[in-house]
Amino acid sequence: MTLPSSHSHGGTGSPLPTNHISDELLTAYAAGTLSEAESLIVATHSAFCPLCRDAIAEFEAIGATFMDELEPEEMAAGSLDFVMSKLDDDEAWPENVVQHPSAQTKAENLDSDVILPEPLRSYVGGDLKDVVWRPVIRGLEEAELSVSSPDYNVRLIRVAAGAAMPQHSHQGLEYTLLLTGAYRDSSGRFARGDVQIADGDVDHQPTAEPGEPCVCLIVTDAPIKLTGPLGRLLNPFITY
Amino acid sequence: MKNALVRPDIDTTVARSLAAIAFIASDNAMTQEPKAREPKRLEPLTPPELVVLVQSIAERRCKASFQELFGYFAPRVKAYLMRLGSDMHQAEELVQEAMIMVWRKAPSFDPGQAAVSTWIFTIARNKRIDAIRREKRPEIDLEDPALVPQPEALADGVVEQQQHARRLKEAISRLSEEQAKLIQMAYFADKAHGAIAEETGLPLGTVKSRLRLALGHLRKELKEDVL
Repeated sequence: MTLPSSHSHGGTGSPLPTNHISDELLTAYAAGTLSEAESLIVATHSAFCPLCRDAIAEFEAIGATFMDELEPEEMAAGSLDFVMSKLDDDEAWPENVVQHPSAQTKAENLDSDVILPEPLRSYVGGDLKDVVWRPVIRGLEEAELSVSSPDYNVRLIRVAAGAAMPQHSHQGLEYTLLLTGAYRDSSGRFARGDVQIADGDVDHQPTAEPGEPCVCLIVTDAPIKLTGPLGRLLNPFITY
Repeated sequence: MKNALVRPDIDTTVARSLAAIAFIASDNAMTQEPKAREPKRLEPLTPPELVVLVQSIAERRCKASFQELFGYFAPRVKAYLMRLGSDMHQAEELVQEAMIMVWRKAPSFDPGQAAVSTWIFTIARNKRIDAIRREKRPEIDLEDPALVPQPEALADGVVEQQQHARRLKEAISRLSEEQAKLIQMAYFADKAHGAIAEETGLPLGTVKSRLRLALGHLRKELKEDVL
């Protein structure tokens, strides 16, 4: 099944995503129970999507409400004194500063689509132009990203304009976040910022629209299963 | 580790303070400088009172305000961490780190964006992910120029934001016991929905769909509340 999007908006002409992240997934992100790999999908989609950002803020407020209602646990004696004694050290703590793309970079890249939003930008180590692609099959390249969740495979894929992915199903969950271009499969059209979540019930063949290559962030928790006539032969060579 | 809570936009500090002052005056909550209260005080402080405390830490590095904030939040954050499986010792340590973070990040707190309790909840949550799960927390960066902005003035003002906590509490109290419990479990289970499925004995798919229903219900309640 493809999980239904939980909310929609009617902004005509606005470049907002139309395929969102479900409330229960946004809640898991807000609660901090989601894996790093899945959180990367949720947070990067939310950079494109003010509605999901709003929902996350709401779910964080709900978390705070539950925290507030717990029976408080008394702190150990001396705890406050210890913390107070540390407050003046804080100037020595280096502050992590995130490097944002400068206005200059933005102007150089007339096609603003090549600018990646945070947090994805930090994981990639730059923008799409900085990615080192590895060819997989004709029309498909990929670049693996490193996360600390060992159970997930996280990568960028680039599908050539008009190219079709091999027909495949899934042994686990597959999250796709569309970064540039657009693709279609039997369930609809996906464009910049859209998220598709597919599981074992989805057997699809995403096909990039003509015009420009389609770049996606993909997170899987199990290898996909090629189901087309040729694909079955290729299964042993596809490692995700 | 970077954190989206860092918002060094000094220009807006004055505007924010003015908004908060206008709000506080309108609420008759507190018209003078906060004085140090008993550090162990546990009765609820109101959201505007909490905003004043954080702002006096941000603007004057006021230790008395910090002490009061610590007295209020440290035991609550500790309870939250223990509820999520930390032992006494680990929880104690994480609370200390989180509260030092509160001191350091106070200048980036934006009362138009969140209640103080929500802000501290996210700090504690991230500390926990960092320390216990040893994972990074991919965080939305609200200062990122690549962020797609809100289409119009959807954003709440300081007053709305700070009144939100109360409406939220009321909306949660109107949920059925089963729905409230399910949502609560989504926050207090270490791992996402699988743990809830284990604890309730329900299939994972059922947990997800019931949780989605409960959350949808809660958000609908909140929206109707506004109208």
